[in-house]
Amino acid sequence: MNKTRQLCTFVLEGQTFGIHVDCVLEVIRSLPLTHVPLAPEAVCGLINLRGQIVTAIDLRRRLELGPLKEGKTARMNIIIRTSEGPLCFPIDEVGDVVDVEERLFEPVPETMTGTARKLIDSVCKLPGTLLLVLKGDFAELAGI
Amino acid sequence: MNELLNEFLVESYENMDQYEGSLIELEKDPTSKKLVSAIFRTLHTVKGTCGFLGLSRLEAIAHAGENLLSLVRDGVVSFNQAIASALLATGDAVRAILAQLEKTETEGDVDYSELVALLVSLQKPVSEGAVNVEESAKPDKAVSAEAKAAPVEAKAVPVEAKAAPAKAPVKVAPAAKAPTAEPEPKVVKAPVEAPMEVSAAKVQPTASTASTASTASTASTASTAKSPEGDSPSGSKASDSTVRVNVELLDRLMNLVGELVLTRNQIVQLTGSLESVPMQAACHRLNHITTELQDRMMKTRVQPIDALWSKLPRTVRDLAQLCGKQIRLETEGAETELDRTVIEAIKDPMTHLLRNSVDHGVESPEERKAAGKNPEGRILLRAFHAAGLVTIEIIDDGGGIKVERVKARALERNLITPEKAATMSQQEVVNLIFQAGFSTAEKVSNISGRGVGMDVVKTQIEKIGGMVDMSTEVGKSTTCRIKIPLTLAIIPVVIVGCRGDRFAIPQTNLLEVIRLDKNLMVETVHETPVVRLRGNLLPIVFLDSVLAIKTGEREETQHLVVLQAGDRHFGLVVDTIHEAEEIVVKPLGRALTAVSCFAGATILGDGHVALILDIFGLGSRASMFQSTRAANALEEEVKAQGVGTGALLNELLVFHVGGIRAAMPLDMVSRLEEFGGEQIEEAAGRQVIQYGGSIMPLISLSRALGFEESKPVDGRVQTIVYARNGRAVGLVIDGVEEIVRGNIEVQPAGRRSGVLGSAVIGKQITELIDAQDLVRTHASDLFE
Repeated sequence: MNKTRQLCTFVLEGQTFGIHVDCVLEVIRSLPLTHVPLAPEAVCGLINLRGQIVTAIDLRRRLELGPLKEGKTARMNIIIRTSEGPLCFPIDEVGDVVDVEERLFEPVPETMTGTARKLIDSVCKLPGTLLLVLKGDFAELAGI
Repeated sequence: MNELLNEFLVESYENMDQYEGSLIELEKDPTSKKLVSAIFRTLHTVKGTCGFLGLSRLEAIAHAGENLLSLVRDGVVSFNQAIASALLATGDAVRAILAQLEKTETEGDVDYSELVALLVSLQKPVSEGAVNVEESAKPDKAVSAEAKAAPVEAKAVPVEAKAAPAKAPVKVAPAAKAPTAEPEPKVVKAPVEAPMEVSAAKVQPTASTASTASTASTASTASTAKSPEGDSPSGSKASDSTVRVNVELLDRLMNLVGELVLTRNQIVQLTGSLESVPMQAACHRLNHITTELQDRMMKTRVQPIDALWSKLPRTVRDLAQLCGKQIRLETEGAETELDRTVIEAIKDPMTHLLRNSVDHGVESPEERKAAGKNPEGRILLRAFHAAGLVTIEIIDDGGGIKVERVKARALERNLITPEKAATMSQQEVVNLIFQAGFSTAEKVSNISGRGVGMDVVKTQIEKIGGMVDMSTEVGKSTTCRIKIPLTLAIIPVVIVGCRGDRFAIPQTNLLEVIRLDKNLMVETVHETPVVRLRGNLLPIVFLDSVLAIKTGEREETQHLVVLQAGDRHFGLVVDTIHEAEEIVVKPLGRALTAVSCFAGATILGDGHVALILDIFGLGSRASMFQSTRAANALEEEVKAQGVGTGALLNELLVFHVGGIRAAMPLDMVSRLEEFGGEQIEEAAGRQVIQYGGSIMPLISLSRALGFEESKPVDGRVQTIVYARNGRAVGLVIDGVEEIVRGNIEVQPAGRRSGVLGSAVIGKQITELIDAQDLVRTHASDLFE
C-alpha cells in the first residue's frame, strides 16, 4: 500500500487547489465581510465566526489570480488553522477530500515565479487536472 | 507539554508566590512559627514533586532551602536578614528553573551551587543544635519500631507522606521545643524517605502527638499533591470549591455567550410577530437565562487586585534595603475585583509608582527621625470601587513633593512659561511631573531612573482609559491616585458610520458630538482643516481620508466627533452617529497588528464585525501630535543656538487690527469670542460685556496700539479673551486670520507699549502683541 496524503480541495478562478485536511478547521457558507482600511493587501476583511473574529485572506490576490468579477461574491469560506490562529479564505467552490498517493506529488516547477511560488508547496498530478497544494504557513499566507 | 509537568508548574508558581509573600511577612514578625511553617511547607511541596518528576537540580536547591528553614523553625538558627535574602534568592532560583521548564521542559544548566553553598553555610553557626539534629534524624533504625507503634501511618502513600506531616506542626503549636528532640513517635517517617530528608524527619516529633496522628494519616493517604493546600492553616484557600480553568477556555465560552446573545436577539425579534403564547413565553425565558449567563460569564474573568499586590512587598523590601530605608507596605481593599487584563495592564505603572514612592517619597530613617516621624516609613496601597471605576491609591508618608522645585524644573525644561507658572495651583504644579521630559531626581538612581519617566506611567494608564493624578502635602504625604475601568473586555463606545462602514469610538476618548452645518463649518488654515468651536480652533481630520476609504459615498450631513488623546484634542469628521453601546473588545489577528489605527474589533448587534478606533493611533497617523513634537524640537534648537530674541513663539494666532497684521502667542489666548455690537455695555467708564456670568472689560486693541478704533463688522465684534488670575479681558480685534507654527524670528521693535517686536510671518510683516504689557497698561486695576 502506497503512502497517501489527504487533501481538501477547492476551486478558485477555475483552478483547483488542495490543502492538507489537518489544516482545515471547517468549510462554511460565505459570511458578511468587514473591510479593514489600511490593512495589508492580502487581508480582505474580517468575519464573525461564531463570536470569534477571523481574518480573511484574499487568496486571489496572493496567488495573483486577478480580482473577482464585478457583481460576483465568493460563495464559500474555508477556515484553516495556522500557528497564529485561524484564517479564512473566501473561495468559489469547495471540492472533495481526496486521498492522493505520495508518488503523484511533484515539486513546484522551477519556472514558476511570483508570490504564488511561496504559497504553493507542490503540484499534484490528478487524472485530468493538476492540483496545486497550498502551504499552511501563516506568514506566507498573510503576506507579512 | 506533559500534563503532569504542566500541573506541577502552575502549582509551583502559586506556591512560590505564597512562599515569597510569607517570607516578607516573616521579616516583620520573625518569631511567627506559623509563618515559618507555612514557608517550609510550600518549599517542601515543590521539592517533593521535584523528586517525583526527576528534577534533581531544582530539588537540590529546594532541599538546601528547606534544611535551612527547618532549622529556623526549630529555633536552632534564628531568622535574620541574611537568611531572608538567601531564601528569597532561593525563591528566585526556583522560579528561574520553573520558567526554564516551561520553555524547554528541561531544568536548564544554570549553576546554582553557590546559592546552595550559601544556604548550607547559613545553617552552620548559631548553635550546636543543628549538628545534633542531623545526626539524630538520620538513623533509619527507628522506623521499624515506629511502624509498629502506628501501623496506620506506615501505609501512608510514600510520595506525599512528607507533605502531610509538614503541615501538622501548625496545629500543634509548641514546635519550639523541637531541638530538645523528644524521641516520640516518628510515625510518618516511612521507609521510602531517603536519609537526606533530615528536615522532614525533624518535623515529626512534634507533629505526631497522639491527638493529631489521625489527622496526619488521613491527609497523607490523599495521594495528590493538593492535599497540603486543602487544609492549610490559614484556611483561606478554598480549594475544595474551586477548579482551575484555562483562560483560553473562558475566552471561548465568553465568545459563545456573546453569540448566544445575538441569536437570542434575532429570535426575540422573529417571535415578536408571532401569536403563539407558549413560544413567547419560551422566548422570555431564553432572554432571562441568556442575560444571566452573560452576567455570570463576565464574573469569571475577574481577579482580586491582590493577584498583583501580593508580588509588591518583595519589590518594596528589596528596594528599601537598597536605599537604606525602612518601609512598611500596607494594603487596604486587596479583595477589590478587576478584570485580569486590567490587572496585567496596570502592573508596570503600579510597580513604577511604587518604586518612585520608595525611592523619592519616603525619606531615609535619619531624615524621618529629624522630622519627628517614625523612622519606619509607611506606604499604603488602597483600592476601592467608585462610580463604576476602580480607584487605586498609593499613599506614602514621606516628605511630599516640593512644589517650588517642580516648578523650577518645569521652567528650566521649558515645559511651562513663566507666566503660566505664576498662575498654576499647587495641584497643577505637582501634576507636571507627568509631563514628558521631566525628572526631579538630582542623580539618576538605578531604582527609579530607568529612563522611564512618569509620563510613560501616565500614557500607559490613559491607554486603558484610566486617569492618574498626584497630590501632596509637604512634609507629610504624597498620594498618587489611579482611576481605571473595571474591565477592558467590555467598553462603552459610540458607533459611527463613515462611507457605509461602521466604527466604534471608545467613550473614554470622546468629548462631544456635534452636527456640522452652516453654524459650524470646516475652514482651512494653511490647508489644515479646522473648526471654530466656541471660539477655540480645533484641528480636524476626516475619518475617510485618514483611513483611505474610497468606496461608498459621503453622507450629505456630516458630524464632528471631538476626541481627546492624552492632553491633545482634535475633531474627527464622520458621516453618521449610530447608537452608544457597550461592546466586547476582541483582538485583531496577527495579520492586522501592524495597523495602528485600530484597537480591536467587536461584533455588533446584527452580527457584523466593526473595528474599534485607536484614537492615539489615529491621531498620530493624521500627524495630530507632530506639531507639538516639532515645536518642542524647534524650541530646543532655538535654545541651543542661543537666539536672543527672548520669545520662544512656536504657535501664533495671526489677526488683523487697525489695518495691520498682528500676532499673539497662542498660549496667551484663552478663547476667541464674537459678540453682537449691541451686547457691549458701559460700566465704570469702560466698555464691558457680560461673559460667562461675569463682567468682562473690553480693550480696543486698535486704540491701544495708536490706531483708530475698530468698527464692528456686520454688527459683530471679534475679541480675543485673555485671562489671568481668574480675571478676563476681551481684546477687540478686526478679525482672525490664521494660526501659524514654526520658527519665527522676532526683530525687537524699539520701545513701544504693547508690542514685542515684528516678525515676518507668511511673507508679511506682522507685529507681535505683548498682551501682558497691554493689559498692564490699560487695565492695571484689574490685575493687581
